[in-house]
Amino acid sequence: MGSPFSINGGACVAMVGKDCVAIACDLRLGMQALTVSNNFPKIFNYGDVYLGLTGLATDVATVSDLFRYKVNMYRLREERNISPQTMANLVSSSLYERRFGPYFVSPVIAGINQTTGKPFICGFDSIGCIDFAKDFIVSGTASDQLFGTCEGLWEPDLGPEDLFETVSQALLNAVDRDALSGWGAHVYIIEKDKVTKRLLKGRQD
Amino acid sequence: MEVLLGITGKDFTIVAASKAAMRGATILKASDDKTRALNSTSLMAFSGEAGDTVQFAEYIQANIQLYSMRNSMELSPTATANFVRGELARALRSRRPYTVNLILGGYDKIADKPTLYWIDYLASLAPVPYAAHGYAQYYCLSILDKHHHPDIDFEQGMKLLRMCTQELKRRLPIDFKGVVVKVITKDGIREQEYEDDVKVAIP
Repeated sequence: MGSPFSINGGACVAMVGKDCVAIACDLRLGMQALTVSNNFPKIFNYGDVYLGLTGLATDVATVSDLFRYKVNMYRLREERNISPQTMANLVSSSLYERRFGPYFVSPVIAGINQTTGKPFICGFDSIGCIDFAKDFIVSGTASDQLFGTCEGLWEPDLGPEDLFETVSQALLNAVDRDALSGWGAHVYIIEKDKVTKRLLKGRQD
Repeated sequence: MEVLLGITGKDFTIVAASKAAMRGATILKASDDKTRALNSTSLMAFSGEAGDTVQFAEYIQANIQLYSMRNSMELSPTATANFVRGELARALRSRRPYTVNLILGGYDKIADKPTLYWIDYLASLAPVPYAAHGYAQYYCLSILDKHHHPDIDFEQGMKLLRMCTQELKRRLPIDFKGVVVKVITKDGIREQEYEDDVKVAIP
């Protein structure tokens, strides 16, 4: 058995566009080479923030449940939604709390800050080190392939339609070169006051 | 070589578990029931390490029944599945985790739909139309991929189960002594009679 990060497989990518952000994930859940489910989404919504979690499936579920609890408590205390920046710091400190027995996940955050109107994306390692990026964030077993496709396809100031095409092609072509990812995808295009969720079929082999 | 199988159809969920209780290469019992009813609409089938399986299953069963008594209502199959996953995940990061694989069959009376959840010993939870655990996965998932449809009736579901058990009898090196078959519908859980001694052609 290899790394806990590559038992179940999966991929996630986030991208910045002009006044919009995109986040996308694949749908596979496997045990090594065996596919158990082809309907296992890895993106979770917390008000204005979208969190993508790849890695060990049990920790994807545990961590997404933990943040649902934490964000709901935040919303009750503050009587407002959590901003993407605050969420990033919450994720970071929550993961570092488990420094010597980490959750085996690689989180990705995407959202638009409703006060400034600015797009925001970031990624983390499993112990909470934040990777602030101006362009794109990749994670999962297809991360090497995603770096390639994103580096090749992404350009600054893409509109929502072009960003959807770019993020979709980047993900779909990356997971086709990874045996542990694929089986369709979920793509979210987030604008100031509109979110579009699309389900992509992708290759089923 | 424990076998767990689950198949959903348009208004039912079939759960099957092998009858052999094994210890190493020895079969201790040929009429073992590896299932526990959690409430009137949820059934849990389990396999894994000897002591852990029944201990965990009965702990879950007791807590689900306690919930029903305290709140005068039953937990839905989805809520049950998430509770079971939570308990298994909590144990996973404790001093001694449970090595138990589960299949949770149920019937959601509110959505009026059959449900099936696949949970492994790492507490990965997945809602699925059909499921298997152990070596049965390698033989049965491909059969179910080809022949399963979400709207099959009960007879077709039993035919699918027969195809799976026949293939297992043909290919598994150790006899698993047939299967216990339970069916969950809107009317509750019932045991289904199942002919284990059907001849298989072995090429």
